[in-house]
Formats: sequence, C-alpha cells, structure tokens
Amino acid sequence: MRQVYLDYSATTPVKKEVLDAMLPYFSELYGNPSSLYSIAAESKDAIAAARKQVADLIGAGEKEITFTSCGTEADNWAVMGAADALKNKGNHIITTKIEHHALLHTCEFLEKHGYDVTYLDVDKEGRVAPAALEAAITDKTILISIMFINNEVGTIEPVKELAQIAKKHNILFHTDAVQALGNIAIDVKELGIDMMSMSAHKIYGPKGIGALYIRKGVRISNYLHGGAQENKKRAGTENLAGIVGFGKAAELAGNNLQAHIKHTSALRDRLIEKVQAEIDHVYINGSMKHRHPGNANLTFEFIEGEAMLLYLDMNGIAVSTGSACSSASLTPSHVLSAMDIPVERIHGTLRFTVGDMTTEEDIDYVVSTLKNVVNKLREISSVSSKKGW
Amino acid sequence: MANMYNDKVMDHFMNPHNVGELEHADGIGTYGSPVCGDMMQISIQVKDDKITDAKFKTFGCGSAIASSSIATDMIIGMTIDEALELTNKQIIDELGGLPAVKVHCSVLADHAIKSAIYDYAQKTGKHYKGLEGFDPNAEEEDHHDIPEEEE
Repeated sequence: MRQVYLDYSATTPVKKEVLDAMLPYFSELYGNPSSLYSIAAESKDAIAAARKQVADLIGAGEKEITFTSCGTEADNWAVMGAADALKNKGNHIITTKIEHHALLHTCEFLEKHGYDVTYLDVDKEGRVAPAALEAAITDKTILISIMFINNEVGTIEPVKELAQIAKKHNILFHTDAVQALGNIAIDVKELGIDMMSMSAHKIYGPKGIGALYIRKGVRISNYLHGGAQENKKRAGTENLAGIVGFGKAAELAGNNLQAHIKHTSALRDRLIEKVQAEIDHVYINGSMKHRHPGNANLTFEFIEGEAMLLYLDMNGIAVSTGSACSSASLTPSHVLSAMDIPVERIHGTLRFTVGDMTTEEDIDYVVSTLKNVVNKLREISSVSSKKGW
Repeated sequence: MANMYNDKVMDHFMNPHNVGELEHADGIGTYGSPVCGDMMQISIQVKDDKITDAKFKTFGCGSAIASSSIATDMIIGMTIDEALELTNKQIIDELGGLPAVKVHCSVLADHAIKSAIYDYAQKTGKHYKGLEGFDPNAEEEDHHDIPEEEE
C-alpha cells in the first residue's frame, strides 16, 4: 500500500545529508565541549559552526543564537526569562488566543504567579490586528509574544508591523517561529524581532534540539541553571549531534528556501484545487494570501475528523485533525475556535501539510482516497446537506 | 492512532453493520449533537414487541460509529423490554473495551435506542416499564466534563 505522509508541520524526516553530518558525533567525536583536550575542541568547533549555520538562516549574529532542547523550551525560556528579568518594570504580557500550547500554558503558569496576560483575538483568517495590539499595551506591559506562522491553519502574522509597535512602546517582542523557519524568508534584523523560538525537527533536522534567538543587548533571566554552557545562558551538556544536525538542516533550508516554497506551495495548491473540484461542502480555513506554503486546513462538513483520520490511516495516509475527539483533552481546536468557526465544523477539520518529499502522485492518491472516505462517512452520518445540522 | 482501538472496534468502524434508515420504521430516536462531536440516529422495526430490524446513522468519531454498529446488532432479535435494559457498559464490553477517554462521550446507543422505543410507544400507545421517567428531550448530560489531560 502506498504510504503518504502529509503531516510535515508535526515533524519532518531527517534528511540524509543531515544524518550523515550528525553520525560522527555519536561514537567518534563524542568529546564534551566543555573539556580541554583535543577531541573536546572538535566538539566545540562543531557547535560553533552549527551556530553560524542557524544564525545565517535568520540574519542573526552567532552570539545571538542559544541552543535549547526544543522549541517548547525556547518558548518557555523567552517568556519566563523576560517576565522574571523585567518584573520590576511591569507584570503584563500580551499574546494571542492562537498560540501553541508551549506559549499559552507558560502564560497560564505566569498568571498563577501574579502576571496579567492579554490574549488577543484574531480575525476569521487567524490574523492579529496591529491596532488591537497597540490598544492592549499598558504601562505595565513587559513582553509581547505573537507567533510567526500558526501551526494549525498556517496563517502568517504581520510580524514586522507588530514588532514595530512593540519597539515604539519600548517593549520586548518575541515570536514563536517554529512553523516559519525554513518556510518563509526570515531576517530578524529587518523584522525587528527581539527573541525568536526555533526547532530543528520541522526543517528536516533531528528531534530534541531547538534554539532561541536573543537580540544582542536583550537581557532575560536564565531558565535552566547549572554549568557555563552556551555562553552561560543555558546550562546542560550540549546535545552535540543534535546541534550539528540542526546546523546542517538550517544550511540546507537556507540554500533550498525558494525551491522548497515553490515545490510545497504548488503541491498544496494542487491538493486544494482537486479537493474542491471533487468533494462538495468543503471549507478552507485560514488565509490564502498570508499562508504557510505547505499548509491546507480543510473542513469537510457533516463528518468528524477522527473518523476521517482513521480511514485515511488505514489507506496509508498520515494527516492531523482539529477535532475534539482526537485530542486527549476532548476540546476542539483553540485556534479554529478563536477564528469563530462553528464547533460542528471544527470537528470535521483536517490539516494536510506537504513537504520536500511529497510528490504529485501522492497528492492525487490522497484526493482520490479522501473522496471515498468522505463519501463513505457521509453515508453513515446522521447529518447531511439535505437534513442540515 | 489506529492502535488506540482494538481489532473488533476497528472492524465495526471500517465495516459498520446496519447503516441507514429503515424505510418503514416503527420508531426513530436521535441522541447527541454535532456540537459535541457525536450524534446518533436509530430507527427500529417492531413486531410482537420484538425488534425485528434496526438501522443507524451516526455523525461522530471511530468509537461512536463502532458502538452504533454493534448496538444495532445486539438489539435485533431482542424484545422491547430487553432492549430497554441494554446499557452502554454492555455495548462497550461487547466491543472488547474502548479507550477510557472515549467511554463517556462517544457511546450514545443506549439513549438513542430508548428514544426510538419511546417514539414507537408514543405512536402505538404502549407502555413499557423501562421507559418510566425517560424524557427523550431532556438536556443532554454534559459528557465532556472529564479533567483535562496533557496532550
């Protein structure tokens, strides 16, 4: 049976060049970078080279990149580190209703510790209004954190405008760019970003390695305490092979950026066009103008997402859903809810994300399978276009 | 995802029995709502106080469809009184178990069956002990009040 992976926003396979770059750092060049002998120096050099590769991808200086264990740690550190460092200045944080849980749950934690958090609304396409941000700022606001690209619907936020507003009011601006990295050109200087979270496994690198960009001059408190690694900013023995892999993946992402965007957006558009031509009662969620190149978030009316996902899985196709029934918490997607999409439609939502390994044949197979799956589930369903909801 | 359900559940989900709507139904009942993510409609045919046929239509997840399928299998051939005693636990046991998180929200069959029998009783003027105190239009119990788990 054909296997088609269309969940590249969840994670990506490690590219061969990346794995090849990593392999020597497990059993041959395994020295602890903090040690003083030769083998350790090689580790130290490898980390420095990887740091430059990641910095180059986003137009940052090498000293502005600190490696973390994942994107979630980068988000936690940025928010908690800023909240702690600036607690004498204020206790107000502004973010949005559509952030990743790494951000939302960190903010909820801070709310229990005396911080006030404003969660900005988004429009029907999932975009934050810069005017709404400006209106939410108070003299207690110490941090604004707004994601670069939403992980579910792929909406690109107006980061440059938002960062400008933050700068105008002398407030730190952080963005979670885990979905944006490698999918859109990012120049942190040009965009005016103070802190940015990144992750390797979304750009064909390994899991378990992320980074936080901290603009030169920005001071936040440490999150992990211990040894003097990472220029005394992030303790813990470095994930050497992971860092090397992240560096290589970043280099490839930079070199391939335009080809990657062209390839994924063409396949994504093919998917959307074919689905719309072959299946009725389908809605596209998010913005078509400001969108992640590989993201198609679609609602199939009158049926439920987990059921679709399982049928697709039985046909070798991997996608994800915003349906409550597939989440451990049994709550429907907070992103689609914030976009005012009716709950019964959220239940019928699937996210398809294509990547570098996706082919036209994959898309055609997915659409023909999907058509059968949707038809079958609509035959079983107690609601329909005739009966209505 | 697929391995969260056992083989029997997957079989009833992939190849559900008794899908549809009976053309000459003696009773029809519905339970759940699309907002909650699950809604089941069941229609029954009754002869001499015995359920001779049953069909279902369900909007919902894998376990909602599988439990609808097996529940209709179970009630065909039952007397009305027997069908009124059928519990969700028996349906889940017949399926060989469901993931804990699914137990409370996706098994709608016992209530939907009672609703269909209520409809039949209304139409025929019959009285059944198992329907005493049953209100098909009662507010759906909040079956989503399960403590939030980490994703």
